[in-house]
Amino acid sequence: MGAFQEFEIVRSFSLPVFLVPFLPFIASIITLIFGKRYFPERPYILPVSALFLSFILSLYLLFEVLSGKIYQFDLFTWISAGNLKVGLGFLVDPLSVMMLCMVTSLSFLIHVYSIGYMKGDPGYYRFFAYISLFTFFMLMLVLSNNLVQLYLGWEGVGLCSYLLIGFWYEKKRASDAAKKAFIINRVGDFGFALGIFAVFYYLGTLYYDEIIPKLSVLKDVYLGIGSYEVHVPFLIAFLLFCGAMGKSAQFPLHTWLPDAMEGPTPVSALIHAATMVTAGVFMVARLHALFEMSEYAMAMVAFVGAFTSFMAATIAITQFDIKRVIAYSTLSQLGYMFMACGVGAFAVGMFHLFTHAYFKALLFLSAGSIIHALHHAVDPNDIRIMGGLRKYMPITFVTFLIAGLAISGVPGFAGFFSKDEILAHAFFSKYPWGKFIWLIGIIIAVMTAFYTFRVFFKAFFGEFRGREALHGHEPHESPKVMTIPLIIISIGAIFSGWLGIPEVLGGGAHFQKFLEKVVGHPELVGVDHTVEYFLMAISVLAGILGIGFAYLIYVKKPALETLGPSKFPRIYRFLYRKWYFDELYHYLFVVPTFWLSRTVVNLILDTFIIDHTVNGSARTTETSANLLRKVHTGLINHYIWFILFGIIIYLIYYIYIR
Amino acid sequence: MIPFEYYVYLSLLLFCIGLVGVMLRRNLIILLVSLEIMMNALIVLFSAISRYSNDTTGYVVVFFLIALAAAEAGVGLSLVVLLYRSLKKIYTEDINYYRG
Repeated sequence: MGAFQEFEIVRSFSLPVFLVPFLPFIASIITLIFGKRYFPERPYILPVSALFLSFILSLYLLFEVLSGKIYQFDLFTWISAGNLKVGLGFLVDPLSVMMLCMVTSLSFLIHVYSIGYMKGDPGYYRFFAYISLFTFFMLMLVLSNNLVQLYLGWEGVGLCSYLLIGFWYEKKRASDAAKKAFIINRVGDFGFALGIFAVFYYLGTLYYDEIIPKLSVLKDVYLGIGSYEVHVPFLIAFLLFCGAMGKSAQFPLHTWLPDAMEGPTPVSALIHAATMVTAGVFMVARLHALFEMSEYAMAMVAFVGAFTSFMAATIAITQFDIKRVIAYSTLSQLGYMFMACGVGAFAVGMFHLFTHAYFKALLFLSAGSIIHALHHAVDPNDIRIMGGLRKYMPITFVTFLIAGLAISGVPGFAGFFSKDEILAHAFFSKYPWGKFIWLIGIIIAVMTAFYTFRVFFKAFFGEFRGREALHGHEPHESPKVMTIPLIIISIGAIFSGWLGIPEVLGGGAHFQKFLEKVVGHPELVGVDHTVEYFLMAISVLAGILGIGFAYLIYVKKPALETLGPSKFPRIYRFLYRKWYFDELYHYLFVVPTFWLSRTVVNLILDTFIIDHTVNGSARTTETSANLLRKVHTGLINHYIWFILFGIIIYLIYYIYIR
Repeated sequence: MIPFEYYVYLSLLLFCIGLVGVMLRRNLIILLVSLEIMMNALIVLFSAISRYSNDTTGYVVVFFLIALAAAEAGVGLSLVVLLYRSLKKIYTEDINYYRG
């Protein structure tokens, strides 16, 4: 990597780097095997302490990288066949060390939160084993120095996501959602695997530091598919992006993420908001040079992100399940990150990923705290039974408010800086679609603020509406073990943005500069500070506008709430049914698959071909046996005949033919 | 002196009679008798060969064959008697337990 000249590259084995992922792994395995028998009451001790050590080691590595070191080494050669040589190795550079700190810190806090949230669950030990196994795979994904190990982590987090969505597997909806997540991810991962094959086919290597310098070879390489000539960098970028679409739940593979909310809330916070779903963005940033080679690839990233973001924001406005609203908001924010990548601002996309991880995890965990308080209700996720919770849960009220302000982009909170950076970079982008992305971004910002504060006002203001649903139980604030992580994460949700205050506001944009050594500096045209202040004002206004609307509708004049659905029932139903994507996929894929399996496979293949093969072989044996048994008369005289014939045939053969 | 060929013809005739008997008759005792006839064909052939080649080896074989034929007849007949005692059957078409 040419950009690493100012870094000292350490190529020998380094124990801290090794321990960061493997401590959670060991803790997970021990908890999984011995947890149920030996410490069913306290299965969290090992994972939590392992995560804490990992977090400390990540901070140590962060300072090492800041002082100008890069770790890049292989533990051992994993696969070696012909030209293909893949090691299990680690690469610690600014990009991965940033992900490292984010994953370990959040994972540690969410582990602690789960101690309270999951208490009394029969699968207490299983939960901690899975979630720290997930952390292991996520860290392997982040730390990998080649694409195959990235794929290992990629599939590993997919597996853990499946296990944790289906954690309450006795609930049919949970196990269905787990299967849906796994199968839809499989579609994307198929493309991702093809992309890896293509990288190896065209470049002959899978290590990042060898791929990047070799990319210029592909500049004028075209592949003929039918009568089309496809630019190879676009093809590879498209295939790899398929994987990102699956994992980061972008259109058209986005339908699994809202259903994934059937899992426990800490899982939603860690896997489906902060870490796993951002793997796609991380991968795009890691291979930014490849994407930048093709304008089409960048446009694809930008527009897929923009469309997903817009669609998810519109759906989120109408949903009543608190976790689903937040899930759609995650989709929307992931789209935002891809929009940033699609205009070439990879560092800013990663910055938004970083801040989003904190405020979205906070949003989820606060929602989890509410759900925990209402767990006596049949459906504790329904915002219609909430209301007035401010009195009962003051800490959750504050943390939810902080997260909401952060996601809405209110100045001073984390989301403001990263969102504003994305919008500014989109506006000044050298790509022609930059202005359009900016406009979409502003619209989405209004909606984001609106739906977040819709939930906030419905949950915390007004009168408590859940008396009947709770059967006389009063909602209560969550235990300390849950609120303390909430408070710590809310510090992150405020200050994580301060690491990268843009220059126009007098900051140094340290975060972006730190990452730009790896992901490249975006080319901007016509940057003007006055325009930038103006843009900032618009985006702040957008956030305030959304909050204001929500306040007007849900606090001031609750009568307005039913106005939208009654005036525009069609649009409302269209949004409420999530743009009919589930129905569309049902009729497009599920129904034909069932038809195919019931008629073609069952009737034709199974009854006709397979049954006839099996029965036919039996019948052949029977027929030939019936013929042969006629010879076997049991009469000695006949056997003498056969002996005679045998001798005659032998003699004829011996005399005439030999 | 009778030519050697005649002995061969006689022997072949006896062997064929025995063979046809074994192949066609169903009575176990007749089967045994037919086997004896085939054995006698061999004896005739061996003594003729010995006589015409001035080699006594053939006579020695003939003695062994006579002993063998006697033993065979003894064992065979006793088996037939045992079989008859237990099954009350003597015809091969009735004794076809290995019919497929």
